[in-house]
Amino acid sequence: MKKLILTAALLALTAGGAMAQTVRMGTEGAYPPYNFINDKGEVDGFERELGDEMCKRAGLTCEWVQNDWDSIIPNLQSGNYDTIIAGMSITDERDKVIDFTQNYIPPASSAYLALTADADIKGGTIAAQVGTIQAGYVAESGATLLEFATPDETVAAVRNGEADAVFADKDYLVPIAAESGGAMVLLAEEVQLGGGVGMGLRESDTEMKAKFDKAIGDMKADGTLNTMITKWFGDAAKTF
Amino acid sequence: MFAFCETPSALDGLAWLACYLTTGKHLDFYWSFVTVLTLLAVTAPVAMAFGFGGAMAARSPFLPLRILGKGYTAMVRGVPDIVFFLFFVIALDQGLEWLNHQIRCPEWTEPIRNGLEFRVCPEAKVPLGSAPQTVHQLYGFALAVVTFALVFGAFAANVIYGAIGAVPKAQLETGEAYGMSHRQVFWRVLVPQMWVYALPGLSNLWLILIKATPLLFLLGVQDIVYWARELGGSKTSAFAYPHPDWRLWYFLFLLVFYLSFTRVSEIVLGRLTARLSRGQATAAGEAMRKAGA
Repeated sequence: MKKLILTAALLALTAGGAMAQTVRMGTEGAYPPYNFINDKGEVDGFERELGDEMCKRAGLTCEWVQNDWDSIIPNLQSGNYDTIIAGMSITDERDKVIDFTQNYIPPASSAYLALTADADIKGGTIAAQVGTIQAGYVAESGATLLEFATPDETVAAVRNGEADAVFADKDYLVPIAAESGGAMVLLAEEVQLGGGVGMGLRESDTEMKAKFDKAIGDMKADGTLNTMITKWFGDAAKTF
Repeated sequence: MFAFCETPSALDGLAWLACYLTTGKHLDFYWSFVTVLTLLAVTAPVAMAFGFGGAMAARSPFLPLRILGKGYTAMVRGVPDIVFFLFFVIALDQGLEWLNHQIRCPEWTEPIRNGLEFRVCPEAKVPLGSAPQTVHQLYGFALAVVTFALVFGAFAANVIYGAIGAVPKAQLETGEAYGMSHRQVFWRVLVPQMWVYALPGLSNLWLILIKATPLLFLLGVQDIVYWARELGGSKTSAFAYPHPDWRLWYFLFLLVFYLSFTRVSEIVLGRLTARLSRGQATAAGEAMRKAGA
């Protein structure tokens, strides 16, 4: 009986080799409105809508996979999924280990969120998510860097006084500031980092990269991408 | 879930809470408790089997088997759980894929290890890229169960090895004096008495195993800790049920869950000890005999 179950399980794991290739889309699911797990327990957000549309245009079957941010690049390389679509900015450092499609969000601002407008962002303690361009920027800015595994924890650190301010993508912080009822404010200072947000792929997957590049190019050309950006990030967001 | 949950923003009080606690995401959270319990239910017997096998091997008169048994316990016991977990799961996964690759794609010419990438042919992926996400999750869970069983099996082997040594020699000699063979002495005299000595160590291991289940989270399995952090984090109105940072309450719930679970385990194990001590040549067995007389 045990053998039977084992054989059945192995068959289930290995069967269907001839089926069409499925592209597994890796995302963090904790960075609204870019990507998050909605109340139904599904991946939702700007990147879900964009990813589904890209897959449709490229004629690919896509499956969504949640993976924590801090292991998202290593797990792409070891083949747990085929793409990273998780609000990842294109930087030279990342480009050395993985490949990026052309950007689907133009280079946008990073901003500080704090309890008061006079928070000390030069010499104070700044919270940022581990392995982000914002964390790299804070480390070099002279302020004390406090890193967290998830974006939500960086904001919580400011609320409970552990950090003076949080530094992240402005588009992530805007809704939080707006809904805090005045408890948190966006600071005026903004910084331009990275070359926009793109989709990450393994360097050897050149064929898939070309397909997604074309889909993004088409969506830029016919305006659907801009409509999507405005829908999820508001009218003030930068478009192409 | 309920009919009145159609527009969450219009709800308040208990109705809101009832709807909030029955969202699809919360149902995933409740299911993850089943994941943890399944892990325990599968790991405990498998680890016991590993432990028994390891202990038998460690006291075998056959040298290579003895080295294997002692090496297994020494190696796993000497490495921190977390390090072993992180290493073994990746090694097992890539090992399986590598083997599968050798069998299925002998004509593949590109290197498997290419810089930082680990890349086998698509047919050799375990599970296949085209498999539904649930299969991938099951596979990840299975890897975790094997690793848990291996680690806790090594601890159990050590406990059982010690327990076997603790059975009074006179008991075994008496069995032999009655004309029993080595095999008969082992199964009829040694093993039944060994459990009494092994139980304190094994119950301790069971409690440690319960408390080690959040390691699933580290392995990327969406267990109760993952969902507690995910659900507890503050939610903006991008979600149907916005709320501030409630992680404290979710983690408090986990704390209560683990505390009650270990408490129930302690009661059950206490009864089991009493039952196994009956009629045994131990202090507990002697106390029982006197109380009964």
